[in-house]
Amino acid sequence: MWFKLWQSIIKELKLLFRDIGGLITLFVMPIILVVVVTSIQDSTYQSISASKIPVLWVDHDQDSISFRVQEELEQSQSFILISELDSKPLTEEVAKKEVFKGNYQMAIVLPKDLTGSLNIKVRQNVDGILDEMGMSTTSYEPVEVPGKEIRMYFDPATQTAFKNGIKNNIDKMVARLESDAVYKTFEEQLGGSRTQSFNNSFISFKEIVPREKNKDVLPNSAQHNVPAWTLFAIFFIMVPLSINIVKEKNQGTYLRLLSSPTSNSILYAGKISTYLIICLLQFYAILIIAEVVFPYMKLPQLDLSATKIVLMSLLTLTAGLAAISLGILLGIIAKTQEQSAPFGATFVVILAAVGGVWIPVFAMSETMQVLSKISPMNWALNGYYDIVLRNGSLIDIIPEMLLLTLFFVVFITFALIYDKKKRSI
Amino acid sequence: MAVMINIQNISKQYKDSDSQSLENVVLQIPQQSVFGLLGPNGAGKTTLISILCGILKPTSGSFEIDGSSSVQNPSEIKNKIGVVPQEYALYPTLTAFENLMYFGSLYNVPKKELKLKITDYLTHLGLSNFMHKKVQTFSGGMKRRVNLIAGILHNPKVLFLDEPTVGVDVQSRATIISYLKELNKKGTTIVYTSHLMAEAEDFCTDIAIIDQGKIFIQGTPKELIQNTPNARKLEEVFIALTGKNLRDVV
Repeated sequence: MWFKLWQSIIKELKLLFRDIGGLITLFVMPIILVVVVTSIQDSTYQSISASKIPVLWVDHDQDSISFRVQEELEQSQSFILISELDSKPLTEEVAKKEVFKGNYQMAIVLPKDLTGSLNIKVRQNVDGILDEMGMSTTSYEPVEVPGKEIRMYFDPATQTAFKNGIKNNIDKMVARLESDAVYKTFEEQLGGSRTQSFNNSFISFKEIVPREKNKDVLPNSAQHNVPAWTLFAIFFIMVPLSINIVKEKNQGTYLRLLSSPTSNSILYAGKISTYLIICLLQFYAILIIAEVVFPYMKLPQLDLSATKIVLMSLLTLTAGLAAISLGILLGIIAKTQEQSAPFGATFVVILAAVGGVWIPVFAMSETMQVLSKISPMNWALNGYYDIVLRNGSLIDIIPEMLLLTLFFVVFITFALIYDKKKRSI
Repeated sequence: MAVMINIQNISKQYKDSDSQSLENVVLQIPQQSVFGLLGPNGAGKTTLISILCGILKPTSGSFEIDGSSSVQNPSEIKNKIGVVPQEYALYPTLTAFENLMYFGSLYNVPKKELKLKITDYLTHLGLSNFMHKKVQTFSGGMKRRVNLIAGILHNPKVLFLDEPTVGVDVQSRATIISYLKELNKKGTTIVYTSHLMAEAEDFCTDIAIIDQGKIFIQGTPKELIQNTPNARKLEEVFIALTGKNLRDVV
């Protein structure tokens, strides 16, 4: 039996390593994918935090509030405010047109008399409160102050997450300006001076991150992307594996295999062992690129300890088994390569999407969140994140490993039963 | 003469078909014979051979090969038979040697013995210089010869050949037939299908003509010719029994 299995593995490895196209699909493409995606995500992060976004700035207020908003936006180091185009002062109409054409990502329009209206409104409110308390120092007739709105225009192609981030920041800034105005008016009315406690936030935020060897472990884009896209590559093994099985059926070698006294289980064990080796090789190839090549490309390193690599290898084995079982099932069901290759590729993309490789699961709709829980790619991704980002141990990834192994057992059993049934037609 | 293959009432109906591909086939194939199973396209030859090789399951009926029952000992049968399919059932990117090592290993041939046998057979069939060349670079005749070797590495008692000489040059055909005769002399029973009537007439010791899933006639080539009025060769017997209508199968 061992000689048969060994010869099967040798045969499969030779078939794979003599197929240049297959090798490119299995090794080169995943490496390119990981490098490209990590570079893009890393530069996106840097562009938001380091480089500046041009924003069209239309200021109809021209008073203290607009000056402070302008000052704060410029001080944030995230924006360059543009108030003139072709040496002409920007109007709301021009700004709107430019943004909707996609020439700029956003425009901010401050309404006329924003400062004046805010001051009047605040003063009226403060006076009202002081009057109720019998502490009013001035008296004047309240007037109707219409509400003011800061208009924002976004390029329709701008992503919602980015849009929401900007809107939240501006909203926060305006709220602070309003509260500052309220404090200032109180102080003026009461004749006091500004206290330090009003200027500084009493409640602050601190992000607590996992620690390893008394050091904070701060996740970077490589730690997010390398596991996700490695997994994508591992599941992509479905495509060459299913093609391999379909080819055997069409070449006639399948008939020879069926008529031999070797059981189907041994024949498929040869394939499973070979493709499992390939999965591990893919994983280590991507890991080496992430550890060695990324720093030369000014990308963050994965920075993994030996223990983490061992844990990730174990998880990769079970993820590989799950992917292989799908590949074998597809190869058995498909009649032609034209059926198996596009189906396999599309299915992996769907699995990746549902599994949370592209969009985090928590950001999905409720239905999709439920679906993601039955996706093997999600189990494996969670396991990888447990190791890389959550500093987890073997115990933390055992549930995912069990689920992936169970998935393999169910699908490979189904595939073998289906194969046997098919022959009795 | 002793019976090597005893087929008892084998019928086969495919799930998506209205008619039976094989209908109560009863056949005895003598030991050490070269048995020709002849018939037009769609007659049921490949279905019958596929059943005897364990690739397909019959709808009903059973068979015995060298005393092993298809019902009780199907795996024992697989050890006794060799199969040479009509297709070049080889991996194109592997060398002739690598292909044969793999297929030989499936039949439990020990590694050392297997290596010696492969070298011996390849030399015998004129392929020793191409042993380590990839099969995809071979001509049709060379592939047919490797295909044949893959079926005999484990010294089977019965060798099934589905059109083993189709699409090959005269020299390769002569080499293959001559080698099969040699094997037969050494005791291997050969079951062979072909559309080449002249080749079958010369090569086979026994022939059965099958059509529409039924065995029409069985006997030696000489008997079949003698028993068919106005027939002087096997091809005329075949036409007389199966008619001149085209048998296009989809």
